[in-house]
Amino acid sequence: MNEQELIEKIAYNVIQGRVIAEDEGFDEGLEGQPAVTELMEQAVEQNIDAKKLVMECLTGSMEDVGEKYDKGIYLIPDMLASAECVGAAMDILGPRLAKAGIESKGRFVLATVAGDLHDIGKNIVGIMLKGAGFEVIDLGNDVPADRIVEETRKNNAQFLGLSALLTTTMREMEKVVKALQNEGIRDKVRVLIGGAPTSDKFAKQIGADAYCRDAFHAVDVLRKMNI
Amino acid sequence: MRDLFREGTIVKPYERLSQEHIQRLHNASLSILNDLGIWCYNERAAGLFGDHGARVWEEIEHGQTVWRVSLPAGLVEEAVKKAPSRFFLGARNPKNRLLLDSQIPRIYFGTGSETNTWIETAMEQFVSTGLHDVAIQAPCFTELRGNTKLLGRAAQLCENLENLDFFIRPVNIQDPDVTEDNHDVNKFFASLNNITKHVQAGLTRLDRLDDVVRMAEIIAGGKKALRENPIISFIACVFKSPLQFVRDTADKVFAIVKAGLPLVISSSPQGGSSAPIQEAGMVAQINAEILAGITFTQLIREGAPVLYGSVPVRARMDDLHDFYGCPEFNQYNIDCAQMARFYKVPCYSTAGVGDAKVPGMQALFEKLFTHLYVAMSGAQYIHYAFGLLDRTNSFCPVQAVLDDEQIGKIKHCLRMPKVSQTDVDDAVKMIAKVMGSSHRLFARHARKAIHAGDVSKPYRFEARGMSDRVIEYAVTRLAEIESRPAPHLSADVLDKVYAEIPGLLPRLRRE
Repeated sequence: MNEQELIEKIAYNVIQGRVIAEDEGFDEGLEGQPAVTELMEQAVEQNIDAKKLVMECLTGSMEDVGEKYDKGIYLIPDMLASAECVGAAMDILGPRLAKAGIESKGRFVLATVAGDLHDIGKNIVGIMLKGAGFEVIDLGNDVPADRIVEETRKNNAQFLGLSALLTTTMREMEKVVKALQNEGIRDKVRVLIGGAPTSDKFAKQIGADAYCRDAFHAVDVLRKMNI
Repeated sequence: MRDLFREGTIVKPYERLSQEHIQRLHNASLSILNDLGIWCYNERAAGLFGDHGARVWEEIEHGQTVWRVSLPAGLVEEAVKKAPSRFFLGARNPKNRLLLDSQIPRIYFGTGSETNTWIETAMEQFVSTGLHDVAIQAPCFTELRGNTKLLGRAAQLCENLENLDFFIRPVNIQDPDVTEDNHDVNKFFASLNNITKHVQAGLTRLDRLDDVVRMAEIIAGGKKALRENPIISFIACVFKSPLQFVRDTADKVFAIVKAGLPLVISSSPQGGSSAPIQEAGMVAQINAEILAGITFTQLIREGAPVLYGSVPVRARMDDLHDFYGCPEFNQYNIDCAQMARFYKVPCYSTAGVGDAKVPGMQALFEKLFTHLYVAMSGAQYIHYAFGLLDRTNSFCPVQAVLDDEQIGKIKHCLRMPKVSQTDVDDAVKMIAKVMGSSHRLFARHARKAIHAGDVSKPYRFEARGMSDRVIEYAVTRLAEIESRPAPHLSADVLDKVYAEIPGLLPRLRRE
């Protein structure tokens, strides 16, 4: 396969949301054919420029996917599948990205706060952010405030995402924001919150920077922050 | 064409009656027909029963002769066995044919009744008298007198309702130029010119049957083509409950069966007035009436395609009107579906009727209550299911749009489980794959099921905000559907129909 064919095939498979060969796509009959992982590995072997791969295979394709979602052609599983493809591709490109002058959009620490085990939404946010070019450090669920603050400092994260599903645990978010202030790093990190009981009003009340109603909104909010 | 038919939904039937119950009710029905007999107001029918071993004697009732007919169990059982267990109802578009198999609980839903009133819906804005900046949209309803144009609209709408499988005209035609003489040809034409699904109706005048059949032959492509693909069929309520065999309907049954077209033998006793209100009595009586009707068809012509038409209803105890959206209605109808299965005759049943006069929460409750339960019974052919309000007195197209959505969800809900060994193996493989990933999310793996149509969509008329906008959205959807072109017959077929069939109103060509 020549370079152009390979690039087109990767882009097509991102839109199809096929991470590995055994995945089904949006169109019928793709199972078993090489997908983003296999094709990207081949591209690396062929020494195709990493910047070209990112620009022509990943960025444009995700825009296509976003448009399809906006038009109702794609549903959330389709978006997530494509975002996962981008994440997988970025992992394969790894160190080549920096060499090619492609910088991460920032380090993003994610956590579901203490006392809360509900992490589906947070995981979806993780996939979407990775697909959007962020370096995601996922701390998991039921994470105490002091650990969140510690990891934010240690990783020099520019963003912190907090999630909670319960009305009883959402107050933990306020504790995290206060802990960031107490440690003197509040102004170094932007705090985004989300989860069913939270709201824009709640975000303002606890001193967070933004409320995100879902993962797609989170990407949108970050875009509006000019990131 | 052999393999073309609407998929329907094959369900696992919910059964109220045990085999012992069924046998007991069967015996009771046979005993009613033999020991008590029926009151037959048609001499020819009485003669036919008599020729085949029934005991027939004359009585005088209100100065008129009535034939009492005692039907021996053997005669009934032998005749019912000759009724076909499986047959097709045809359609202009062969993909819309229906496969009725008494032993396969494949359910189809369609319209019904011949209401005189059409209910038009428009949304209007109402402003709060207290808070002048607060306004809401609410539906306003107008009653129209049914006519041919509205019947055409109903057929075009039903063509486009994806969960509607067959069409029984839901509105009566009462135009000034529609007479008793031209009623049949015009009602069948207005339907057939606007829908490619199966069309079924009662017959107003026996002497117009030949014209109706000829019209269907032209549309289907000839005499043989119509019998192979019967795009029309008939409903005959041959019994007036309790147990009275109606004179003119019996004549129509003779003619329809001889014409070789499918027929519903329908009975609709009302528990508490024309039948016992108790489940056992209702089912024993309606079953006796339907068995006698089916016997009649098979004595006219062995193997005549016939449906077990059970429409048992209950009376309201405050005004003795039909009472559809109640538990007894479901009980009666589920029992009848089981009886039909016992006799190996496809079942024509009823769901989706209520007392509500307009679309809204009452209508939703009454309709869902019967749509779901009767569908669960596995009755093959469920009529009255779309758009009816005020019992069977009004048809509202917006309600039909709402019913389509509801029935779609019910069909989805009652699908057979997909739990083959392959399904289970694939699922375990998927779980292993997801548990090996960092995010442990199954969303991506839902795609195959979504694309295969295995995952249902949200309620079509849901609102996002703090208001209920179901009717408003249904009005919008109706307008969108009605903007689509009607599937009119081709010009050469229309020319032929108009040349050969007397009494057709010229304006219907374009309606």
